Amino acid sequence: MRSKLVATLAGVLALAMYSSMAVGSKYNLPEPQSIIARETYDMHIWVMWICLVIFIGVFGVMFYSVLKHRKSLGYKAANFHHSTTVEIIWTVIPCIILVVMAFPATKTVIAMKDTSSPDMTIKATGYQWMWGYDYLQGEGEGISFFSKLSTPRAQVQNKEPKGENYLLEVDNRVVVPVGKKVRIILTANDVLHAWWVPALGIKQDAIPGFIRDTWFTADAPGIYRGQCAELCGKDHGFMPIVVEVMEADEYTKWVAAQLSASAVKTSMHVENK
Amino acid sequence: MSQESGHYYVPAPSAYPIIGSTALLCMTSGAALTFNKIEIGYGLLAIGFAILIYMLFGWFGTVARESESGKFNQQVDLSFRWGMSWFIFTEVMFFCAFFGALFYMRNLSIPWLAEESSVLGNSFWSSYDGTWPTAGPGVHEQFTPMGAWGLPAFNTMLLLLSGVTCTLEHHALKENRRDGLKKWLLATIFLGALFIGCQAYEYIHAYNDLNLKMTTGAYGSTFFMLTGFHGFHVTVGAIMLTVIYFRSLAGHFTPEHHFGFEGVAWYWHFVDVVWLGLFIFVYLM
Amino acid sequence: MAAVHGDAHGHGHDDHHPSGIMRWVTTTNHKDIGTMYLWFSFAMFLVGGTLAMGIRAELYQPGIQILEPELFNQFTTLHGLIMVFGAIMPAFVGFANWQVPLMIGAPDMAFARMNNWSFWLLPVAATLLVGSFFVPGGAAAGGWTFYPPLSTQGGLGVDLMIFAVHILGASSIMGSINIITTILNMRAPGMTLMKMPMFVWTWLITAYLLVLVMPVLAGVVTMLLTDRHFGTSFFNAAGGGDPVMFQHIFWFFGHPEVYIMILPSFGIVSEVIPTFSRKPLFGYSSMVYATASIAILSCVVWAHHMFTAGMPTVGQLFFMYATMLIAVPTGVKVFNWTATMWRGSMTFETPMLFAIGFIFLFVIGGFSGVICAIVPIDIQVQDTYYVIAHFHYVLVSGSLFALFAGAYYWIPKWTGRMYNETLGKWHFWLSMFFFNMTFFVQHFLGLAGMPRRIPDYNLQFADFNMISSLGAFGFGLTQLLFLYIMINCIRSGEKAPQLPWDGATTLEWTHLPTPAPYHSFENPPIVK
Ligand code: HEA
Ligand code: HEA
Ligand code: CUA
Ligand SMILES: [Cu+2]
Repeated sequence: MRSKLVATLAGVLALAMYSSMAVGSKYNLPEPQSIIARETYDMHIWVMWICLVIFIGVFGVMFYSVLKHRKSLGYKAANFHHSTTVEIIWTVIPCIILVVMAFPATKTVIAMKDTSSPDMTIKATGYQWMWGYDYLQGEGEGISFFSKLSTPRAQVQNKEPKGENYLLEVDNRVVVPVGKKVRIILTANDVLHAWWVPALGIKQDAIPGFIRDTWFTADAPGIYRGQCAELCGKDHGFMPIVVEVMEADEYTKWVAAQLSASAVKTSMHVENK
Repeated sequence: MSQESGHYYVPAPSAYPIIGSTALLCMTSGAALTFNKIEIGYGLLAIGFAILIYMLFGWFGTVARESESGKFNQQVDLSFRWGMSWFIFTEVMFFCAFFGALFYMRNLSIPWLAEESSVLGNSFWSSYDGTWPTAGPGVHEQFTPMGAWGLPAFNTMLLLLSGVTCTLEHHALKENRRDGLKKWLLATIFLGALFIGCQAYEYIHAYNDLNLKMTTGAYGSTFFMLTGFHGFHVTVGAIMLTVIYFRSLAGHFTPEHHFGFEGVAWYWHFVDVVWLGLFIFVYLM
Repeated sequence: MAAVHGDAHGHGHDDHHPSGIMRWVTTTNHKDIGTMYLWFSFAMFLVGGTLAMGIRAELYQPGIQILEPELFNQFTTLHGLIMVFGAIMPAFVGFANWQVPLMIGAPDMAFARMNNWSFWLLPVAATLLVGSFFVPGGAAAGGWTFYPPLSTQGGLGVDLMIFAVHILGASSIMGSINIITTILNMRAPGMTLMKMPMFVWTWLITAYLLVLVMPVLAGVVTMLLTDRHFGTSFFNAAGGGDPVMFQHIFWFFGHPEVYIMILPSFGIVSEVIPTFSRKPLFGYSSMVYATASIAILSCVVWAHHMFTAGMPTVGQLFFMYATMLIAVPTGVKVFNWTATMWRGSMTFETPMLFAIGFIFLFVIGGFSGVICAIVPIDIQVQDTYYVIAHFHYVLVSGSLFALFAGAYYWIPKWTGRMYNETLGKWHFWLSMFFFNMTFFVQHFLGLAGMPRRIPDYNLQFADFNMISSLGAFGFGLTQLLFLYIMINCIRSGEKAPQLPWDGATTLEWTHLPTPAPYHSFENPPIVK
């Protein structure tokens, strides 16, 4: 009886694993929007399949044994306890499987580390608890702003109903053009933070005093949301990242608007002095 | 191997461990309070320290009495040897953490920081070249590094010499020359004490004349951390040697049976070896 | 072999032992000390578990309900620290104290008085940790990994935590030196190394890992302390240091640490599976080599916790390959257990159920570990609930389940009484059900993008979090059942037969009466 339960459980787990592979569901990584994200997504599915097969293999044998080789069925114990051949086989096969897994991973790692010749460069600085952005190079150079959580405190304290993008909305989004290689330079002002946008497949820690970089090329226009992914104190859960990807011409308009707005701001600043 | 394990000495119940725990509770909470500028911390720290001293005297006194009354057979003796060896191994690993920090800073993080001045959009450390010795890109005080060939070289000689005297005293013990044992022991302790004195002088010199402090960035941090912990270990070693000295005055140890002595000798050699590492990597290079 | 030599004659030991509480405070007996370790660790498990309940209660729904963000972070931090250092590690040392002398035929631990101290340091550390909740500024809130510069910011609570870690380290070091010495020097005649029970082997290797890495942890927290109060710049870029250096040194300790928490479980499971399969352990020597390989490899994989911290490409690749390689020796162990069960004559008492549950769920945790090891995937799941799911699969259904298996397995030997088998089975099945309910869904949360260490989350994560919280409450209550079973067993369990498990072959079963007398093996047994 009990073993049936176990077998059912195994079945349920296998099913759950299988369902987790359904594309675009909330059981899996978010819909990939860049090459790296796509490669990662596929790699994950591929590795999951391998693991599932091994899992079913190992526990198939084990649960067969659990079902059949039990004392209550009058089964008498054998007395073997050693076999070098078998040991070698089950050492070598996992090694081969690992090589198969590592191969695509290596290619992607090399690609994801290559931040050379970007179309534009943006510097992101982590603060407790918001992000600062400076467009350093490429179209939009000179733009710079802070980006803070815009979800009202009342929603957090359950005094207002929560919106769809609860905790994932900011006052100023990072805007980038579609199809361009964007290099993100990261640093932090106080403690560690991490800049993470799942759909674009990047996550990189921001380290005070040091510089790290990473890159992405967005496939399609849209709004992609992420969060700070390194514990940074009290409001670590409240410093989201929102990237808006625009068509090239829209982006140009956005840049113009930003630059003139900041020109106005600076001149006001000067007059006030 | 275990022929005698029927007589393996299992000590009677003892209150020293719990006394030691009480001491550590007072000391650690006292230290934490002190660091955060809460007055009662000092008191706690002092009480804890007093209890610790009491515990150490009592505990080691008991062990010495047990040893002298012949309770420790060969197998127990071997246990002590294994125990002491692995204890020294953990001490080595403890120093490895600090040496690791030194190598990491010198060979990785400082060059990275220097490289960063050329990275696009870098607003910090703009003209930092990262040559060692350095206090780091953001610490702008001037300091003079500690040269190797003055006092430190003399200290190296002291410790090496003390290693020799330590071996001499061991030979004397094994050949049952009690006078030689005491003489060389005293010499070792004297060399150790002299070393500590020189080290203290070096620190004063560093603070007063070289402007070299714990706050002097990478160089100051690693210099004081490594030499400081080493100095602390020499102090502990010298105290242990002193205890051994008084025990040999009291007629303890026989040519065959003297692990109390040997353990301390091992410890002293370990302190010696660490110093050599220090001399090379902290002072010379 | 079957002869039972009781040590009826109470010789050598003076009988004016202190009684009452002082017996426990001053004892040098490995069984007393083992018992104290086990009770202490269970108490800490309840404390850590209560903190986990706080975390899960806050995460039951989106929005901030019961824990303000600062307090939430303190709960997470102390939950991790207390579970790792207060519950799991001492529990294994407790098992070592009870079982190692019994299994190798030694009269006691090599350094009996120091053994007492290794235990009595733990309450000190626990006082500092739990006490830190009540000091101004509250407990440490930088995660159990206390990365600087965040941990440089905290107040008194962080210092108390640092000292607690020092003391825990001292305790572990003393404990492991004791275990190494006992195993190397006090085996009964004929008990060669390659005849030692697997549990003893795994502990020997674990003890080596402990002496290797605990001092490094002590070193790194010392640097943190001087950075905080004496102006050194180890983890401060302005002074030429690097916050990432902390991570390297910490994980040089931290990764072997997770194997410190799993190798003894492998040992327990390797005792339980053969007993209830009535068949010798398959591939004994390959088990020994596999354990040693895991330990050695574990020292060169630490940076897989830092793939997002930024490393040169070769570094990423090296640590990825090395980490994946650990799957091979671990796989050997799993296959050997399967082969041990194969064509055995199995029965399924509670220890066996927990052992099989262990293998089943640990492998799931191991697979998610391998998935984390693959750099591009790790970049996605690092610092998300996927990692939380991974390590609760290896720690809760791994270490903890193995501890349960061991407790049920040896409690007759320790107390001379049987636990209630029906309740034991309930404990297993309820734990199994609620455990998966709590942690399986966290894989999905992590993949979908829920970061860890956050008190509040977007609505898309609401349903899984609710399931997880409900499961956690169920799991927590189920553990009270374990407490009940154990107390019930000790106070009024049925008298255990001399050999309650007919497949058991190790010395404590074959050469000692049940329950084991207060002093055992004062005359060493002869092992053929
Ligand atoms: C008992 C504790 C324990 C154990 C045993 C493990 C085992 C493993 N762990 Fe885990 N791990 C933790 C505890 C543990 N871990 C903790 C606490 C953290 C988080 C710390 C923190 O950040 O707070 C963590 C985090 C962690 C990370 C970092 C994640 C991140 O933060 O981004 C990684 C990445 O590589 C990892 C990998 C692995 C691997 C590869 C194993 C392997 O040892 C698993 C090997 C086992 C198997 C693979 C299954 C059996 C094998 C077979 C059936 C053979 C065939 C299989 C194949 C060919 C694949 N672990
Ligand atoms: C070593 C072992 C260990 C164990 C056994 C556990 C056990 C549990 N853990 Fe643990 N956990 C860690 C180690 C462990 N954890 C670590 C290292 C971290 C990382 C910390 C960090 O990020 O820094 C972590 C983090 C962590 C998180 C993420 C927190 C965050 O990121 O903010 C969560 C969330 O669900 C969680 C849940 C649980 C639960 C529900 C249990 C349950 O299994 C606990 C069950 C036990 C009990 C509940 C106690 C018994 C019952 C009572 C006392 C009666 C009261 C009961 C009720 C009120 C129902 N843990
Ligand atoms: Cu910023 Cu977490
Ligand atoms: Cu790890």
